[in-house]
Amino acid sequence: MKSYDVIVVGGGPGGYTAALYAARSGLSVAVLEKLSAGGQMATTSTIENFPGFPDGVDGFELGERMAEQAQKYGAETIYGEVTEVELAGTPKIIRSSEGEFAGRTVILATGAYPRELGLPGEQELRGRGVAYCATCDGMMFRGKTVVVNGGGNTAVEDALYLSRLCAKVYLVHRRDQLRASPVYRKRLDEQGVEILWNSRVTALRKDTRLTGVELEDVQTGARRELACDGIFVAVGRVPDTGLFAGQVELDSAGYLVADESCRTSLPGVFAVGDVRTKAVRQVVTAAADGANAAYFAEAYLLNKQ
Amino acid sequence: MNIIDLTKENFDSVVLQSQVPVLVDFWAPWCGYCRRISPVLDQLSQQYDGRLAVCKVNIDQQPELEERFGVEVIPTLYLFRNGQAGEPIVNPGSKAQIVAWAGL
Repeated sequence: MKSYDVIVVGGGPGGYTAALYAARSGLSVAVLEKLSAGGQMATTSTIENFPGFPDGVDGFELGERMAEQAQKYGAETIYGEVTEVELAGTPKIIRSSEGEFAGRTVILATGAYPRELGLPGEQELRGRGVAYCATCDGMMFRGKTVVVNGGGNTAVEDALYLSRLCAKVYLVHRRDQLRASPVYRKRLDEQGVEILWNSRVTALRKDTRLTGVELEDVQTGARRELACDGIFVAVGRVPDTGLFAGQVELDSAGYLVADESCRTSLPGVFAVGDVRTKAVRQVVTAAADGANAAYFAEAYLLNKQ
Repeated sequence: MNIIDLTKENFDSVVLQSQVPVLVDFWAPWCGYCRRISPVLDQLSQQYDGRLAVCKVNIDQQPELEERFGVEVIPTLYLFRNGQAGEPIVNPGSKAQIVAWAGL
């Protein structure tokens, strides 16, 4: 079994920053990534809030460059899907589609994925009108009518992106104000996005594909139909921690409990990026976590000697 | 072997008459998930060189092929063995999933 000082699970901005810092400290590092570098960031066409890029930066390219930078200092990338972990022992064991690996420390950087609405028919309509990523699937709805469901930054960014492609964009939000940054509000109006306040989606209408949604007014309980060709679901994310449950402390929403030092309830196991309990989940805060985790992983290894 | 770009003109000769299984990726430049799986397809074409051909169909440029295979979501991957297409896989989440689906 191949062993490393540090095994990073997940190749997003948190994972690759941890790998960069750990490798530059002279530690042996492997990043296990199931698909390709960048994580959620890789499906974002333009990241406008990563410092140093006044014109924005393509999320996929930024991911590849982070991987390249970590690899330049000796980090290895293994394209494997992790199937099982044993985090408590020494060393820690990671089983994957590419075999087993032993790590003296493990940095968990598995991120999060979009939350589903949980409505009947949602699964089968995936790709037939139900979508979770505007920059991925938006072009399929060129000239069509779409609903974006949610009120956070992702929902608003999706609505703005889609407003440049679609004939009509509705933003359906269950509250009477947005959680998204105020800078977006004016842009939504300028782009002609129609906001349906105090509303939630209660059913999906379909024939062979989505034909509309049923909306409920959360104040009056009144229901109405809204015809549309697509719905983009942006109602939050779910941390990808299923493999770690029972081994390391999770909060009630499933996030790995760790403070800014990124140390979890298990010595030698760290959590970085969106998967960690924190207030602000951004590319830049994920990268910051990576640096912290590498620092504390190195300190842990020094103490062990 | 390099990844081959398919057109409606070369599709039959490249895919249907291939001596080895052919993985066909329906994609478009604007599709985020398509970009995420593209490094995996590069790896597979190297790793299984001589045993698997990897090809791509840009659906913006090849609407006839998109229609012929009823592709409604991208990325959609098809595997052809002896000219016969199996069940496609849509938007695979990992390299392992693609390898298992293709039976490599």
